[in-house]
Amino acid sequence: MTRTQLKEHPYRPHLAVIKEIIQETPTIRTFRLTWKDPAVSAHFSFQPGQVGQLSAFGVGESTFVINSPPTRREYLQFSVMRTGEVTRALHQLNVGDTVGVRAPLGNSFPYTSMKGRDILFIGGGIGMAPLRTLLLTMIDNRADFGDITVIYGARSPEDLCYRYEFDAWRAARVNLVLTVDREFPGWTERVGFVPTILAEEAPNPYNRVAITCGPPIMIKFVLAGLRELGYEDDQIYTTLERRMKCGIGLCGRCNIGGTYVCVDGPVFSGTALRAMPPEL
Amino acid sequence: MNNASFVSHAELADLLRRLSEQAEVWVPTRQAMTPHRPMFRPFQAGMDLDFQPMPVTSAKGVLFPQGEELLKFRKEKSLSEATVTTLLWEDPAVFRPTIVFGCRPCDARGFLVFDRAFLQGSFVDPFYKARRDKNLVVSMVCPEPDAACFCGAVGSHPADTEGSDVQMIPVKEGYVLHGLTEKGQEFLKNVENTPSQAQQEEARQVWTSAQGSVDSGASLTDDAQHFFKRFADTAFWRFHTERCLSCGVCTYLCPTCYCFTLTDETNGVHGERLRSWDACMFHHFTQEASGHNPRPTKAERFRNRVGHKFSYFPEKHGRFACCGCGRCLRHCPVGMDIRAIVRALGESEEVHD
Repeated sequence: MTRTQLKEHPYRPHLAVIKEIIQETPTIRTFRLTWKDPAVSAHFSFQPGQVGQLSAFGVGESTFVINSPPTRREYLQFSVMRTGEVTRALHQLNVGDTVGVRAPLGNSFPYTSMKGRDILFIGGGIGMAPLRTLLLTMIDNRADFGDITVIYGARSPEDLCYRYEFDAWRAARVNLVLTVDREFPGWTERVGFVPTILAEEAPNPYNRVAITCGPPIMIKFVLAGLRELGYEDDQIYTTLERRMKCGIGLCGRCNIGGTYVCVDGPVFSGTALRAMPPEL
Repeated sequence: MNNASFVSHAELADLLRRLSEQAEVWVPTRQAMTPHRPMFRPFQAGMDLDFQPMPVTSAKGVLFPQGEELLKFRKEKSLSEATVTTLLWEDPAVFRPTIVFGCRPCDARGFLVFDRAFLQGSFVDPFYKARRDKNLVVSMVCPEPDAACFCGAVGSHPADTEGSDVQMIPVKEGYVLHGLTEKGQEFLKNVENTPSQAQQEEARQVWTSAQGSVDSGASLTDDAQHFFKRFADTAFWRFHTERCLSCGVCTYLCPTCYCFTLTDETNGVHGERLRSWDACMFHHFTQEASGHNPRPTKAERFRNRVGHKFSYFPEKHGRFACCGCGRCLRHCPVGMDIRAIVRALGESEEVHD
């Protein structure tokens, strides 16, 4: 048997071309990609929350959430923070270069079950990426949702991603609460850590779903804060991060007990989190 | 038993030579680097074959090579835009048929763990499948299990046929072979001799005495059920993993360990994406780019190894991810004994730091 005869080669990425690069923060770049193969372009679909493996060929692959919404198909967007070898290589690429994408992988937010409810997003730093997908999908179907509140914090104003979109979010009746860790010259929004701002804002849990993503320490305190405010486990969703390689539940590094974050996650409800062994 | 063939000691090398014309035949053979125990290697004429002591390595590399190429590509500079590089796929490799000849029943069962993971999980691994489809397993009844063997504690025995296409039974003058699967019966056409009545009888005796020849103590099933109760008992895991050197030899020699990593290698404009064995016993295995590590010490890593083999995998796939071959304790430089740790899970004694 030759390699070309292998059906559905799950390790083989589809090729995509970088159409646009946005410098979000000093260390985060957003890549807007289009598929090379028109057949892939026509058939590719995903759900908010699903992830992809992005390849810098010759260096390797890393996992990132697809942070453009499925409602906008002109491009596929990934935001990449420069932290290691693969992300450094991705940051060195130019518009027009080829990358590989294995997507969609993993599960997604239970979007349908969120319809008709109020929504609370709580994001920290690059953790806004998975929330953005869902937020934009909701904005594109705005009538399906009640109040949408977004609490988004970062270390400093320049560490906030997607700043160029904030006006559009607000125009779509999103209550956007921005915060940074300490005072900065010219900063007129909130100051303080995200869990503190959450406690101050105290969005009512009645008929509301809360979705959070950020650094592990932030998630930990946000979950505690939400429970304090009266949110039940089944009203809370978060995405978990793990180091991943294969993305298809085999290579063995992203498991938490018998759960594989790459196939069973990255989205988990508060209820699912409680059922998992304490190995986050 | 019907459908039996016989190969004498004198004919064995010729049989292997003929088989190796059709397939890559992996046999246990003594190497200069392992003079006391054989290792599995592709057969070559003149090799020093040895079916007796448990081989150092299992034959897992036949279906899951220590390193293999998953993709091959070539980068090409755009002629019109100097900064732009495109990518082209290169010619694929070819998989050869393989025969694992003379492995132990435990190793044959090890492949069944791989089958669950690679063929019956969320995704089918096409590389494993392609190799598995063209593979035949000839296992040998294990007449003398050694002190580290514990197949009996994980639901097997030294004459187990599960996972084998052909079973070899050593008798005085050679080996009696039984075809166990359709593939195995087809294979027996390569071996023309039929065993005599006396050889058949001798084989039956060898099989029967081998079946009960391993003393592994009681089944580990009940002990394993206490895993989650012990999960957060950090003192327990620290106590039991104190000696571990995190060298990873247990995972590399294990016939059921299948963790891997993916890496790219390039040479000029040509590159390949490789899959190679990796191990959950290594610190970097789960370390995230942010520096956060969900399994920061060997206590958490060993806990994961025990959990995967005796709790997570059985829950998902209905069998232990351990075949009891004992290589992990036979070759551990500090004598770690995974059996003892599983047995201790259910003990009531508290362990304190």
